[in-house]
Amino acid sequence: MTQKILAAHAGLPNVKAGQLIEASLDLCLGNDITAPVAINEFERCGGCSVFDKSRVALVMDHFTPNKDIKAAQQVKRVREFAGKHDIENYFDVGRMGVEHAILPEQGLVGPGDCVIGADSHTCTYGALGAFSTGVGSTDLATAMATGKAWFKVPSAIKVELTGRLPKYVTGKDVILHLIGMIGVDGALYKSLEFAGDGVASLSMDDRLCIANMAIEAGAKNGIFPVDSVTLEYVSGRFRREVRVFEADSDAEYERVITIELSSLRPTVAFPHLPENTRTIDECGGQVKIDQVVIGSCTNGRLEDMRAAAEILKGRKVAKGVRCIIIPATQQVWLDSMREGLFEIFIEAGAAVSTPTCGPCLGGHMGILAAGERAVSTTNRNFVGRMGHVDSEVYLASPYVAAASAVTGYITDPASL
Amino acid sequence: MVVQGSVHKYGDNVDTDVIIPARYLNTSDHDELASHCMEDIDSDFVNRVKTGDIIVAGKNFGCGSSREHAPIAIKASGISCVIASTFARIFYRNAINIGLAILECDEAARDISAGDQIRVDFDTGVIQNLTTGKEYQAEPFPPFIQNIIAKGGLMNTI
Repeated sequence: MTQKILAAHAGLPNVKAGQLIEASLDLCLGNDITAPVAINEFERCGGCSVFDKSRVALVMDHFTPNKDIKAAQQVKRVREFAGKHDIENYFDVGRMGVEHAILPEQGLVGPGDCVIGADSHTCTYGALGAFSTGVGSTDLATAMATGKAWFKVPSAIKVELTGRLPKYVTGKDVILHLIGMIGVDGALYKSLEFAGDGVASLSMDDRLCIANMAIEAGAKNGIFPVDSVTLEYVSGRFRREVRVFEADSDAEYERVITIELSSLRPTVAFPHLPENTRTIDECGGQVKIDQVVIGSCTNGRLEDMRAAAEILKGRKVAKGVRCIIIPATQQVWLDSMREGLFEIFIEAGAAVSTPTCGPCLGGHMGILAAGERAVSTTNRNFVGRMGHVDSEVYLASPYVAAASAVTGYITDPASL
Repeated sequence: MVVQGSVHKYGDNVDTDVIIPARYLNTSDHDELASHCMEDIDSDFVNRVKTGDIIVAGKNFGCGSSREHAPIAIKASGISCVIASTFARIFYRNAINIGLAILECDEAARDISAGDQIRVDFDTGVIQNLTTGKEYQAEPFPPFIQNIIAKGGLMNTI
């Protein structure tokens, strides 16, 4: 499926794994950390103009609302660049959201697209049946000028999903389980292609979460087939033509992995790699925590807010635990507010933040001190990721995170 | 192009958060980034590193965030080449694009020790360990990629 999308964007009848191609891009993306470096490079070429002002997206999400003077200077530089080049999709405080939540939500990416972003989690849009992958700032600079990027065509691993997820088990548990199976370099340079009858039962929020963390297995991209769930999601949002690509029945895969969804349990990745997974039953009652973060490009969507509220309703965050909830976009914020979820959060003793990547990368809005532990619905638990080099991050779903906030240690939501 | 230097050795899955922690990503100044290079995995690196030194590491070097600040910090710290068993793909691409020399060679990555003197020939892919006398063969980059590295990055070739 990935190879077909790449071939179509390279103007070729077909491509093979390992082939180097140049592809036209439907969109390129940068944020407040990566875009300033890209803009420095872009301006070095002197007199360059942006290839298409409607196909560049600049999202100020990592250190915003500006956490310090240097962050403010960086955002100012991007804001001025966006103004000068009349960039249509520039998202700043008040209109912004976490990039990989806001782009699908606003219909800027869709099925059949070829997208690059100077952010590793750009692979999220594979949930919509697009080829999308993370690159660096120099690639973004070149893409902004030319609308093109070169790729080495990846080989594919097929992930066959069967059955249905049980209660309290989500897309987050699917992807953590997979990373636990194949390791953080298990799909290095490759495409993860999800398939099977289990796909139909996964909501778009689940699929976005799964595709989002393909990079944590080293993958170039993760991609889902386009089905009625996809078409319903993009209907009324996506303004370009929907292009549906399907894997051939005799497509070649380097490896086929089968996951029976009904057999999965809530899963937690222990420090300091996303592959260090344990089921909730293997965590024991021993892991005492100081902070919970529910949000991010992985788990900051409406279903995630609802899951947290389902657990926190009528309960209290444990004494000594800070619970920080961050809806990923203004729309998720508004929807959560209208559904009354914020009342539940605040009565439980949780803090609700404006959209930001903030604590996920140790930026702001919830930094950990030495020796502190957090359960987080984010995507990385590397050394020092959320703060002090001696702090620890445990990755989990919103259900597990919220349940852990209530008890003060890593907890199975079903046990409450 | 040939480089020679003393080795700084690391293990598997060295991520870009430990190469340059996010708390320093509020700048794109190369020297400032270099002053925090490897801070969360090896806080003494910046005091020990000398111009021309070489990093040798295990598999999946540079995994995680796409921050180009990571190869920039390594290059600006004076490192002349990174040798690893494998590289994470975004780091691989970024390193070439900014002109940081990298080579994949599993045998060399396993064998070479911290402090060894290494000579690397990018034209042939030959890695010589001058301390032990052993020699390794890596796949050399094709000329167009060697040209990007020699010119100091992709933008200098346009």
